[in-house]
Amino acid sequence: MYKILEAEMLADKIYRMVVEAPFIARSCQPGEFLITKLDDKGERIPLTICDYDREKGTVTIIFQIVGASTERMSWLKAGDAFEDVVGPLGNPSDFIKEPIEELKKKHYCFVAGGVGAAPVYPQVKWFHDHGLECDVILGTRCKDTLIMEKELESVATNLYVCTDDGSYKIHGNVCVPLEDLVKNQGKKYDVVVAIGPMIMMKFVCLLTKELNIPTIVSMNPIMVDGTGMCGACRLQVGDEVKFACVDGPEFDGHLIDWSLAMKRMNTYKTEEGRAMLKLEEGATHHGGCGNCGGDK
Amino acid sequence: MDVLHKIPVREQDPKVRATNFEEVCYGYNEEEAKLEASRCIDCKKPLCVQGCPVSIDIPGFIREVKAGNYEEAAKVIGLSSALPAICGRVCPQETQCEGRCIRGIKGEPISIGKLERFVADWSRENNIVPAVKGEPNGKKVAVVGAGPAGLTCAGDLAKLGYDVTIFEALHQPGGVLVYGIPEFRLPKEKVVAHEVELVKNLGVKIECNVIIGKSITIDELLNEEGFDAVFIGSGAGLPKFMGIPGENANGVFSANEFLTRNNLMKAFKDYDTPIMRAKKVVVVGGGNVAMDAARTALRLGAETHIVYRRSEAELPARVEEVHHAKEEGVIFDLLQNPVEILVDENDWVKGVKLVKMELGEPDASGRRRPKEIPGSEYVVDCDAVIMSLGTSPNPLISSTTKGLEINGHKCIIAEESTGKTTKDGVYAGGDAVTGAATVILAMEAGKAGAKGIHEYLSNK
Repeated sequence: MYKILEAEMLADKIYRMVVEAPFIARSCQPGEFLITKLDDKGERIPLTICDYDREKGTVTIIFQIVGASTERMSWLKAGDAFEDVVGPLGNPSDFIKEPIEELKKKHYCFVAGGVGAAPVYPQVKWFHDHGLECDVILGTRCKDTLIMEKELESVATNLYVCTDDGSYKIHGNVCVPLEDLVKNQGKKYDVVVAIGPMIMMKFVCLLTKELNIPTIVSMNPIMVDGTGMCGACRLQVGDEVKFACVDGPEFDGHLIDWSLAMKRMNTYKTEEGRAMLKLEEGATHHGGCGNCGGDK
Repeated sequence: MDVLHKIPVREQDPKVRATNFEEVCYGYNEEEAKLEASRCIDCKKPLCVQGCPVSIDIPGFIREVKAGNYEEAAKVIGLSSALPAICGRVCPQETQCEGRCIRGIKGEPISIGKLERFVADWSRENNIVPAVKGEPNGKKVAVVGAGPAGLTCAGDLAKLGYDVTIFEALHQPGGVLVYGIPEFRLPKEKVVAHEVELVKNLGVKIECNVIIGKSITIDELLNEEGFDAVFIGSGAGLPKFMGIPGENANGVFSANEFLTRNNLMKAFKDYDTPIMRAKKVVVVGGGNVAMDAARTALRLGAETHIVYRRSEAELPARVEEVHHAKEEGVIFDLLQNPVEILVDENDWVKGVKLVKMELGEPDASGRRRPKEIPGSEYVVDCDAVIMSLGTSPNPLISSTTKGLEINGHKCIIAEESTGKTTKDGVYAGGDAVTGAATVILAMEAGKAGAKGIHEYLSNK
């Protein structure tokens, strides 16, 4: 069992937990992810590692409710435990292999959308801890769904916060400040790292393609085992098929077939909806989901 | 009694079992087992033993069954195999022990697999614990992967007194026995969990959720964690796809994904993991995994077709699996091959374009090479396609272990008789070395690895 030391709701449907997972905490790097499984019946849920404490043997995860298993996860409190937590999975971000002297010459801009703030944070923190500068754009739907602002502020050289509805700071999606910084404020970025919902990463990539800035994205497709066995996470990257779990999760965003990747996310939409329905209806559920056979 | 034929084994009615996940075969009862055992003529030079990858004393255990000494029979098997209830169910006996049986020349061979299963099931039901732990020798061995190779290697080493820890990447031990082979062929709780428990009873520790190469490396195990040797039984890896148009559409799955969702994640029960319940499924491939995927899709309610590019004679699956699949209603479309997967406007599968094939000259594998018949393409409608084309090795360990060499197929290079790799103190076996094969061959490699490690550490 993997004990939960802290659990809090950060915003509507967004939760943060600190979990005991010594095998992950001892070796994880920015860019990698882990998989949690709540209990016997739970799904294996891939989540990015938001932070870690090697001494205490803990990792921090942030997740959003998207289906039955994440809904049930959100009910957990400090003192409860996950049945399984495994990782780290995937490859670390490319920059950690580069010599610091080389990185000092480069200008990085991290773009985080929604819960994408969670995986961006350890990368920006890594820059900060290695004495490197970088800019961060943090975008979300509205003021109420904003997370990690303070944490990112403490490690970013410059932080630009924007909301889709204009309820807080810059009005517009993440592309608005990015375009403004490059086109009007004379910023020159050598690399953009964009992490968030697929649709947001797609639009950042369209913009950076036009601005001619190499762009790294972190893909979060459907996965089962996370170790290269199931092939559910396959993506079209240029003319190759890649597995996000063992080849990624970070890829050249300009090579991703976004429309295919987004369509693949819909594979289990109906089944997930039915499972949610069953969960919400609890004892009053009579098989209206069409899935559990309770109506037959 | 008709000595030329096997005592028939009782099975669930095909029409009934096509709608449930209960075990297909009921196995022999005592009376049937004794009768079947009495057909064995106890050869002086038993060829069946030569056909067994782990060299079980087959006439020896059958003699005990004949006499009704089932506990003795279990002991005889236990000398060579740690997983008899599993092997009795999933070994390809027709090409191994039963394929060599003298009785098979004039009639049907002895039903060795079913007798092995009987003995193993009987000992489980009667709480017989077959093997005893060895005297601790103070040496530590790490085993990577709790599948058939790893469990066998760990069991053999524990019997020799080693302190063994298995590291398993998934959340449950068993490897392919839990994620790959379905419940209706190999019950998970009753059979697999029990045989894993027997290995633990030998003193073997199993740590799940540890990914060797990521959570901790082989070098760290040897240099920092105090292990004297490591056995890698990490299994097969990345599923292969055909590279045809439409293959990334929604509704195209690898057999690994489909089976893992159903078997390990228990999508057929009321678990959270979703699975597609298709109306009509095309499974591509002719191996045991293809049969498992097809029979699973059928049980989930689909009309199911197996598409295989060669003819029935070349199907690599066990004869019994093909027979069972047909009985249950799986349709075999042989000598055909997909050339394209057709998708609707939302990128969901709506059909497969197939081309008819004919067999030409034998290829390197000795099987006749299939050739496309030009102009024979046609389309079948379906809403799901399951690719069961084998796997290529997982890079997680080889890419993080210095000095561990791999071959052109990215398989770990290891000596067959000892499992010795190119790295000192590191042994390997099973699918990680050979590419996708069978449970029993992985067990044979696990045994060889245990022998190799024992020799290495005894001389150190």
